Amino acid sequence: MHRFANPTRFMRASALVLPWLAVATALLLGAGLLLALFVAPPDYQQGESVRIMYVHVPAAWLASAAYLSLAVASAIALIWRHPLADIAAQEAAPIGAVFTAICLLSGSLWGKPMWGAWWVWDARLTSMLVLFFLYLGYIALVNAFDDEERGARAGAILALVGVVDLPIIKFSVDWWNTLHQPASVFRLGGPTIAVSMLAPLLVMALGFTLFFATVLLLRMRAAILARKLRALRRAEAEAAGRFAAGPRDAAGSVL
Amino acid sequence: MTRKRLRLYAVLSGLAALGVATALVLSAFNDSLVFFYSPTELKTKSAPFERQLRIGGLVAEHSVARSDDGRTTDFTVTDGTNTVRVTYTGALPDLFREGQGVVAEGVLRRDGTFRASSVLAKHDERYMPPEVAAALKKSGHWQEGAATAGAAAKGAAP
Amino acid sequence: MEERIVEFLRMGGYAAFVWPAYAVTAAGMAGLLWHSLRAYRRARRAVAALQARRPGRADRA
Repeated sequence: MHRFANPTRFMRASALVLPWLAVATALLLGAGLLLALFVAPPDYQQGESVRIMYVHVPAAWLASAAYLSLAVASAIALIWRHPLADIAAQEAAPIGAVFTAICLLSGSLWGKPMWGAWWVWDARLTSMLVLFFLYLGYIALVNAFDDEERGARAGAILALVGVVDLPIIKFSVDWWNTLHQPASVFRLGGPTIAVSMLAPLLVMALGFTLFFATVLLLRMRAAILARKLRALRRAEAEAAGRFAAGPRDAAGSVL
Repeated sequence: MTRKRLRLYAVLSGLAALGVATALVLSAFNDSLVFFYSPTELKTKSAPFERQLRIGGLVAEHSVARSDDGRTTDFTVTDGTNTVRVTYTGALPDLFREGQGVVAEGVLRRDGTFRASSVLAKHDERYMPPEVAAALKKSGHWQEGAATAGAAAKGAAP
Repeated sequence: MEERIVEFLRMGGYAAFVWPAYAVTAAGMAGLLWHSLRAYRRARRAVAALQARRPGRADRA
């Protein structure tokens, strides 16, 4: 693992993968959008409003999956102290936060016409809002320290503590009476969603996942370059300091 | 290696402790995490009268009656075992219909009826095109609101 | 044709909910992409400028 997790190697490998990933993302998102808006049928109960599902559900899945990768990267960073893991965790957080916000907003826009409310404090909606605040808390905590390393460690611990929210989100609809309906896709006994709706949903979900991978790689590359920049500037400042101090020292020793 | 092993165990035991603590807290707060009572829970848990609470279940078939001015709706909420008669004045959500899940917020009156101040529609986990729903109903493979009724009747048991 | 476009845009009466949901999603994703690309380009330009001033170490990570 360490062989591939070296920043130089990562820069080289990600430069090779990124263009292909970007093209695949664009194709899948385009296909997903066409399927969701033009091909997928209306629902027997919800009519055309069911099309909100094709952005709401992939955003919700990705919000949880991004948090899981944030937590796994944090664990690797804490235990094996790998710098790339810290970078991955810190760059996954803003992406996850944006998708959580998309999930909450699109869900609200779906809830109003169908349920009759923009928002209710049921266990599913509340645990998803908690996830959003976990992301914001993590980002704020990492940036609150002057010492980069201490900020990363504090953030990693918060990320691991927050992992308890993931099973609560997933099973809230089974454990408690919620207004939100139970799972339709990942459930025992198979999906309860017609294939003509499931297929567009899965294409869209795959497109969202590849989008996450593309943006994560891009952000990690930017973060590695930014760290390199700081190292170069530090080295330059040190060299300049030596140059400035050198002659004076020499003069002093002459006297 | 041993330091890494140590940190690994520290992280794992921290997560385990956190999981246990969360499970305990959640089961302790179980009753307040319930978004609504089913008609059966309303009876067995002896819900208070004239206090704001929510009930949920299916709108019973042929139970919806509208007043002459069309503003007030009476309907029966059922979980398959018990029923509650609900009175509501106001606009209903698009998904409100007989056989569908519903969550009503309001107060339980001493005569056992429920006066709702808001009605939310709850839909089940089934999604399908209208033709498929029609075909299922025609062939007799349709289970009316089976999923929602099951969830409501099962009650709160983590 | 025009009627079909209008019909599509109406979204069965749910236009006021479906289109904002898609707009929010598109805005969020476009914003992420824009922000990430900008950070990447800035960092790359700055590193290139620094390395240009320090020849001989250009290929070091």
